[in-house]
Amino acid sequence: MSDAPAPTAPIHAPAGVGMLRGARTFPEAARQALGDPQLRHNLGHATATIREKRANVVAEVADWAELRNAGQAIKSATMATLDEQLVRLEHQVTAAGGVVHWASDADSANEIVARLVRETGSREVVKVKSMATQEIGLNNALAQAGIDAYETDLAELIVQLGDDLPSHILVPAIHRNRAEIRNLFLRAIPGIDPGLTDNPSALAAAARRHLRQRFLSAKVAVSGANFAVAETGTLCVVESEGNGRMCLTLPDTLITVMGIEKVVPSWRDLEVFLQLLPRSSTGERMNPYTSLWTGVHRGDGPRAVHLVLLDNGRTSVLADQVGRDALNCIRCSACLNVCPVYQRTGGHAYGSVYPGPIGAILSPQLTGIEHNASLPYASTLCGACYDVCPVKIDIPSILVHLRAQDVEVKRARRDVPTPEAIAMAAAAWTMTDDRRWSRAQRSSRLARLVGRRRNKARGLIRSLPGPLAAWTVARDAPRPPAETFREWWARERGRDGQRR
Amino acid sequence: MTAREATLARIRAAIGDAPAVPAIPRNYRVRGDLEAGAAADLFAQRVAEYRAAVHHTDPDGIPALIATILASAGDTRAVVPTGLPADWLSEVPSSVSVCTDDGGMTTEHLDAVDVVVTGCAVAIAETGTVVLDAAPDQGRRIITLLPDHHICVVSVDRIVVTVPEGLHRLDPTRPLTMISGPSATSDIELTRVEGVHGPRNLDVIIATAGRTALVRDRSWLVP
Ligand code: SF4
Repeated sequence: MSDAPAPTAPIHAPAGVGMLRGARTFPEAARQALGDPQLRHNLGHATATIREKRANVVAEVADWAELRNAGQAIKSATMATLDEQLVRLEHQVTAAGGVVHWASDADSANEIVARLVRETGSREVVKVKSMATQEIGLNNALAQAGIDAYETDLAELIVQLGDDLPSHILVPAIHRNRAEIRNLFLRAIPGIDPGLTDNPSALAAAARRHLRQRFLSAKVAVSGANFAVAETGTLCVVESEGNGRMCLTLPDTLITVMGIEKVVPSWRDLEVFLQLLPRSSTGERMNPYTSLWTGVHRGDGPRAVHLVLLDNGRTSVLADQVGRDALNCIRCSACLNVCPVYQRTGGHAYGSVYPGPIGAILSPQLTGIEHNASLPYASTLCGACYDVCPVKIDIPSILVHLRAQDVEVKRARRDVPTPEAIAMAAAAWTMTDDRRWSRAQRSSRLARLVGRRRNKARGLIRSLPGPLAAWTVARDAPRPPAETFREWWARERGRDGQRR
Repeated sequence: MTAREATLARIRAAIGDAPAVPAIPRNYRVRGDLEAGAAADLFAQRVAEYRAAVHHTDPDGIPALIATILASAGDTRAVVPTGLPADWLSEVPSSVSVCTDDGGMTTEHLDAVDVVVTGCAVAIAETGTVVLDAAPDQGRRIITLLPDHHICVVSVDRIVVTVPEGLHRLDPTRPLTMISGPSATSDIELTRVEGVHGPRNLDVIIATAGRTALVRDRSWLVP
């Protein structure tokens, strides 16, 4: 086929494997979530709690702005030299006794891991939470190869036992409350004490007992990595429970699957990220455990250490001059917790292992915009995500960029039957909630900025952000005023409508 | 074409526009400006906030303190690394059995142990973190993982103020474990629960300097 991509052209993540594409569009899935008051309550409570913790520990760091600048620069410099960094990393890991594998996509990564496990003779692996292995659907692939994969992170265990899907990067079972978890444990853990209460300590202790023997007898572990240092070949896993240490220390064989964007050039760079990540993520000064290992350490830990470097669409993200900043993400999940849309819909609506604002810019780029066309609209462009992002990813701008791409793709396919109909459906969703509407108005103020850039002279904009975007597909919308009517009213009259 | 070559070629195609390589602005704080006593106080306070137990002593008080902590925890089986100063356990009663791990203890054996006693490579005051690097006074990673109780002796000369200072002192080619409080989870309704898979109890003994057993020269790592 003449239009088949050349082998060297950046490729998207393949369909039919892994967890990057939802079965439904975002608005469809969101509508269901919005109708679930328990879910909204759980999410509201959880995100508010983490937001407050994060704000407290960030406020005590006098040089937070400088750390963010450094984090952003390190990541951008890494992406600009990614080929070099990976070759250095490979060299150092190999020199330290590790084995490096390259996987172009989910299928080949799954094959590599299944083969490595099979070669050990073991039929089971213990796993420490890893977004990359969820992204590629590794557990399913291993099951098909006759290998059982056991999640060991408490939240992942809850998700796995419930045959459920994770809904938050950091707290994947954020949508479950303690009573639900207790019932799940009673149902799914063989031999569990029937007197188990729903006290979180009791539930954690039950998980400890359940997994203990599995850790002690495991021959193979699969992990992800938060960082990999090119200069030294050092891999880094940041965690809380100690299940990571178990997986990284006890088995004979350790297989780490890592997205190619996780490499950092130098050892020194960790001094930036090990400050930015825990404070942004769990809202702690430091997470309980951080493990760092460099190849095989004789007499200490696994005797065989593998590193699988995963592309799966990342090179096509990298090829987009605006969108590539999404690769800078360190998966702290701070942007989820401040996002007004995530707080109401939860993670499942995003249909991908990557939910929230980061998911809205990453998933469509990994899969190609056609496969996740509604995600870039899953935002009010309020900018809160950008403000909290420890590596300063300008998520709102990338969202606007992807919306424009979506419109282009649809236009090229003449796939824009009734823009008004789509616009009105989206507007209805926006307008049913008073606060949502004021946010949408604020985001159309952002559109004004975009509009100014594009059509300065004419006072027109070509694409509106938010659910109203489709409306501008067929027409130019007038530029909104600098201040919306409501903002003007609130300023002039105050909340109670009395003139100040 | 191998997957390696193909991936590298795709990356090179993707950055074919030769994106700018920004200089890294390292104008964040690298050195803390606390003198040793204040750094030790800050460290103690931050460790305690993780709900670890913190104790202070001079070097001569270490053996008695360890014996007291073991007794109050009811620990009867202890493991220590080969390089732990021998006198640290000199006041432990004979009712406590002590094994020295020479690298040969089995997983099952270690799983049956109550407590491990170690030193540490570095401690970071601002984050309340101790770092183990598998030196002889700390041992293999597994010995500080399976026992449910970890007693870690931190000599004040190992305490630095900031994370960058801490990392400068470490050797990346060693297996490193950074520990900030006992293992914990907040996975259930964000309620923090101490103790999941790692040790559920952490005692940190801060010992004034004067005895710097096994300090290795790490100065070459400091830029
Ligand atoms: S985009 Fe930024 S805030 Fe969101 S998860 Fe990634 S690093 Fe964190």
